[in-house]
Amino acid sequence: MILRTPFFERTNAANGTGLWTHWAGHLVAEKYQMSEKFEYFAVRNAASLYDTSPLYKYRIAGPDSERFLAGVLIRDVRSCPPGRAQYTAWCDGEGYLVEDGVVFRIGPEEFLLTAARPNLSYLSSLVTHESVNIEDVSRAYGALSLQGPHARQIITALDPSMTGLEYFHHAPAKLGGAAVLVSRTGFTGDLGYEIWLDPDDALQVWDTLIEAGAGRGLIPIGDTAVLMARIEAGLLLVDVDYEPSRFAFNDAHRSTPAEVGLQWMLGSLGDRRFVGREAIRREMVSGASRWRFTGLVVDWRDYDQRHRAAGLIAPKDHMPVTGDMMVYDPDGRRVGYATSFMYSPILQNHIALARVEPGLAEKGTDLQLEFTIDHRYQMVVARTAPLPLFDPPRKRS
Amino acid sequence: MPEHRSYDAVVIGGGHNGLVNGAYLAKAGMRTLVIERRTVVGGAAITEELHPGFHFTTFSYALSLLRPEIIHELDLPKHGFMPLLMPTTFAPMENGDYLLFGQDHDENLTEVSRHSPRDADAYEQYEHDIAQVCQALKPLLDTVPPNPFSKDPEDAARLARLAAHLRDLPPRVMHNAVRLLTGSAADFLDDYFESEILKALLASSGIIGTKVGPRSQGSGLVLLYHNIGEHDGSFGSWAFHKGGNGGFTQVLARAAKAHGAEILLDTAVDHVMTSNGRAIGVVLDDGVEIESAIVVSAVDPRRTFMELVDPRELPAELVEAIGRFRFQGTSAKVNFALDGLPTYPALGERTDQWRGFTNIGPSIDYLERAYDDAKYGWYSSRPYIDGAIQSTIDPDMAPPGKHVMSCFIQYAPYELRDGDWDSERDGFADTVQRTLESFFPGFGELVLHREIVTPLDIERVVGLTEGNIFAGEFLAPQMFFFRPAPGWNQYRTPIAGYYQCGSGTHPGGCVMGAPGRLAAQQIISDRTD
Repeated sequence: MILRTPFFERTNAANGTGLWTHWAGHLVAEKYQMSEKFEYFAVRNAASLYDTSPLYKYRIAGPDSERFLAGVLIRDVRSCPPGRAQYTAWCDGEGYLVEDGVVFRIGPEEFLLTAARPNLSYLSSLVTHESVNIEDVSRAYGALSLQGPHARQIITALDPSMTGLEYFHHAPAKLGGAAVLVSRTGFTGDLGYEIWLDPDDALQVWDTLIEAGAGRGLIPIGDTAVLMARIEAGLLLVDVDYEPSRFAFNDAHRSTPAEVGLQWMLGSLGDRRFVGREAIRREMVSGASRWRFTGLVVDWRDYDQRHRAAGLIAPKDHMPVTGDMMVYDPDGRRVGYATSFMYSPILQNHIALARVEPGLAEKGTDLQLEFTIDHRYQMVVARTAPLPLFDPPRKRS
Repeated sequence: MPEHRSYDAVVIGGGHNGLVNGAYLAKAGMRTLVIERRTVVGGAAITEELHPGFHFTTFSYALSLLRPEIIHELDLPKHGFMPLLMPTTFAPMENGDYLLFGQDHDENLTEVSRHSPRDADAYEQYEHDIAQVCQALKPLLDTVPPNPFSKDPEDAARLARLAAHLRDLPPRVMHNAVRLLTGSAADFLDDYFESEILKALLASSGIIGTKVGPRSQGSGLVLLYHNIGEHDGSFGSWAFHKGGNGGFTQVLARAAKAHGAEILLDTAVDHVMTSNGRAIGVVLDDGVEIESAIVVSAVDPRRTFMELVDPRELPAELVEAIGRFRFQGTSAKVNFALDGLPTYPALGERTDQWRGFTNIGPSIDYLERAYDDAKYGWYSSRPYIDGAIQSTIDPDMAPPGKHVMSCFIQYAPYELRDGDWDSERDGFADTVQRTLESFFPGFGELVLHREIVTPLDIERVVGLTEGNIFAGEFLAPQMFFFRPAPGWNQYRTPIAGYYQCGSGTHPGGCVMGAPGRLAAQQIISDRTD
């Protein structure tokens, strides 16, 4: 049976479209009003509230919890003190990506790890002699994401102690009467917060936020607006931009961290032992990565002219497109593929997240992206651009 | 004071076309100075905080016709370009009903069906036909028009290209184009629709800024012009720029500076210096002289030819044509600071209808009667109002929970038969407010402050002759080959090195930027020839 999140009473009342999507077995609004683009602009120009409760959440605790996670996550969790969070990922023994998520350090011996898909069995299988307890606490929290340039005004109006909360830090807060945990994290690439709370407080916290955001442009937003923002922000989506290595049938469907742009998590590798380290080290030393992850910006003039030549009005559709789109070099040789594509209203261009051969990822490289125009495959000039494609200073400030 | 005494190009007027022109010239490597008389750039595209915390788009109030080329070529997204979606269009009716459009196509068709089932697919046909005409005419917006009176082989080639382009159009598209360019909006719409509210909503864009009624020949051209704007790939769709159109011209100013242009504020140009039929610079009103071999006027044709230079230096035919060029501004604005959102009885507590334009012009008769008043020299007793509560789109325009409402009003003729605008300001604004009150009971109680902008204010503050928002009316004899005068439609003037780039040149007004861009192309190509 499809589950409802702790906010359902409110999300159901607010959803004027009748459109829902399923996320991790839960009902989540696709959009609350007829325009997902209006909701998207709430993220980029005002404030937005998104129900992220369906995320999987794991509590990892015990005297050896740090040692365990340092041996599992590819980013060194030992440099994450209590009160901070890290965007991180984990691999299999071959150095292929299993999944990515955010780890919050609650205390010296307590962590919370989020993931888009279930991982309890995999994480548990990696425990050896450590004294650590891994528990699925997914349903123990309701979660809301408050994102947009006005997010700080709204949350500090409710709890002034949030004023100085830095990027990827978290702290307890009081919203209305409810005790919650607030982190300066999100999936939009904008200024924003995620709020983790007791499901019993869900409706009260929702109402408190909506009331505080009235007049500051706060609106609930659905899945589509978030999926638009995340492409501009260059944030990976599992099963779209990569597949979990555990369930892939061959290596073409697997990705190493470096192949999806996560090499920065690895640093110099040091002497830390973690799952996949040897394979990753070999990949780094030999330069054996098959791909580099890059943004692509479609040449607007070429795109426009190809449509005009066919007597068509060039579509500029902001709806995210997932699924492979082929990338070619100027000579027509296939050199990679894009996995996420959209027309970005704020960048005023078609953009894509793509993987290309390592030598072709340098900023500004002229490539071609394959479209179907007039029922024919046509290549349109597209240039590589560093991720994130949209990165406002307010995100970190 | 300017940084230098000598420039490659001086642009007179820091409105949106002056900024676009200056940015392109600077981008081409010319040392460029843009001179603006006021303390803020933007001309008629400005945003002002006239009541504490309330930001008014005093004059121009939305964005649609801006050429996409300019966004890309001047890197505007990098400088903060942000066209926010206006998701609704709301047309209240005198019987208490309404027509409300949103972003869902099928929902819009059911809304049309509520008024006339027959009009639902007629509306789809209409939109498709208009899009085809727009697609056909779009290239004309992005190229310097041919001068049909020139002996230059390049003009012959341009004319030939134009003829070939038009010859390739399907007869139906060509015929629709001609019907629009020469006919009335009402006639064109009558061929599609039976629903009065739908016809009136669509016809409203045929009267904006022009002294025509929906039944006047010529309103079709104005309707077409307002539909040829494209926003994110769809014709006729409008956006509200972050911070209003003043926010947009600030983006343009940043882009112009980033490309190397210098902008001088609070400085008026007295006249253009000429020597032996050539422009050699400008004289500021404090007597300071700035040398420049290129001088570009971004102000309207009357001031370009009659004030900035001595008309005696110009051919008599041109002076005569400019003397005949019609301005006769007919639009005004009343902007409100509101304590909260108004309500519309038939929609109860709903407020999402305010997230776009609110069109007060419920029937063709209503619009035509509003025009009748203007024909006989007075402002409309029941005016057409294009309203927008912009703080619903961009909450930063007003304090939390409060709102700003921009109201564009027609008709308000520049010349009043028995009175003058200075003594009629409040009477006029009361008429507007009374009209709003009749549709939205309780509106008056929400008004915290109102700003009245008469055609005379537009002329005095912005400098647009007779308050015409397009720097010259959209009448067929004042467009394309003839804008602003026969033989002078290519941004040049009879004075070598003196150019024009304002909305009084092709293609025309609105925050389109095409005149500024095309003038820059002409200047750069003349320079390299």
